Amino acid sequence: MKVRIDPELCQGQGRCFSIAPSIFDFDDLGNGVVIGDGTLDDDTMKLAQLAQSNCPEHAIFIEE
Amino acid sequence: MTDKPLVKDFATEWDHADPQWVADPYPIWEDLRQRCPVAHTDRYGGGWFPATHAGVSAIAKDTKNFTSRTVIIGNGRPTELDLPAPIGVAPPITSDPPFHAIARKLILPAFAPGPINALEPMIRALCAKLIDGLEGDVVNAGMAYAKYIPPSVIRTMLGFPEDDIERFIEFIDIVLEGIDHPLEQRIEEFAPVEEYFVAQMEDHLANPRDDLTSYLLNVEIEGQKLQPEHVFGTMVLVLIAGIDTTWSAIGSSLWHLASHPDDLARLVNEPDLMPVAIEEFLRYYAPVTMARLVKHDMEYLGCSMKEDDWILLGFPAANRDPAMFKDADQFIIDREENRHVAFGLGIHRCAGSNLARLELRVAIEEFIKRFPRFELADPDAVTWASGQIRGPRNLPIRILQQ
Repeated sequence: MKVRIDPELCQGQGRCFSIAPSIFDFDDLGNGVVIGDGTLDDDTMKLAQLAQSNCPEHAIFIEE
Repeated sequence: MTDKPLVKDFATEWDHADPQWVADPYPIWEDLRQRCPVAHTDRYGGGWFPATHAGVSAIAKDTKNFTSRTVIIGNGRPTELDLPAPIGVAPPITSDPPFHAIARKLILPAFAPGPINALEPMIRALCAKLIDGLEGDVVNAGMAYAKYIPPSVIRTMLGFPEDDIERFIEFIDIVLEGIDHPLEQRIEEFAPVEEYFVAQMEDHLANPRDDLTSYLLNVEIEGQKLQPEHVFGTMVLVLIAGIDTTWSAIGSSLWHLASHPDDLARLVNEPDLMPVAIEEFLRYYAPVTMARLVKHDMEYLGCSMKEDDWILLGFPAANRDPAMFKDADQFIIDREENRHVAFGLGIHRCAGSNLARLELRVAIEEFIKRFPRFELADPDAVTWASGQIRGPRNLPIRILQQ
């Protein structure tokens, strides 16, 4: 499973990189970006799901 | 405000300046969610108030049918000729696509987490100094603490002289209190503010340094530096959007802790809770509502909206919608899932949200570090700001022994 951020939906609310700084970072404008290729293991999956459930813009997707 | 009749039914004549709304809007919104859920008013020349998360979200994200030309409700309407007005217009908050994206991209780098997080030691020192100055068993956590934090931070960011802080706070009162004054009166009131800002801009042009003023003077759109009016307008935006909003969030959070000893004790004993607690403070006491104007006659969310009708985007109401939040009416200090919209939704997401969060967190951390136990000294003496920004102003707090 992989996590990605839809850059069209992301508005830089800043929740993902605060909750899961090991998975998400921010760019020069403060928008969220996924670190690396976004592959999740059992540990990071929970954290990614928590970030997803806190994104006000519904911009985070976890998929095959 | 006092000459207006009291509202009898908020579903058909809502008014965010009505005393009942100012005192406690939450039961009103819950009632509207069940009955409407988009309320109407003929006041202010006509307008709508969506009380649900779904309604607020739909309109906040819809820049085709709604304009941000003006975001503060008044009795008049702007005309195309009024805008851009010489003052008071503050891109990008008052901009629509496509210009919005250009104006926003200019300021976002200055408010991204990198540069903002670097301000933490300065903000911490500022809060500690303000706390040092609080005397007696009863302190005014609103007027002597929360009120001073955002202006001092903004003054530092803009690179204005430290000795000018009292003058700077006077300017902020002028800017905030004059927000709905007629244009001519506003220009007159603004004269000393403009004079001071122009002098600061000239000084920064002569002596560039590493601050927001120099950044705005040097940043370029397609190879062109900004006009001085644009720089000035963005400085005014920073004042309007960055001061009483954050002041209100800090005040509301301290008010909550002063009236909920269990939450205060948990936060003191479990400092790791702070990041989630901050988000719950933001959800539960979101200070900011923003306006839009309807662009054209249409049926929308089951309402017959007319061109130039107001929309009041109640982000604080969306944050209490049980369809979106479990136990929405409960303050849960360790709430894990919290998609609150305190900073808005869509392209106008508060550009200063990283700064606001930092100020809020540090202000609370420093206060409870120094004062681990406190309570409201006189609940009836607490006053709340009216209008589109909600938060306590007078906030007497009694410091208790540990």
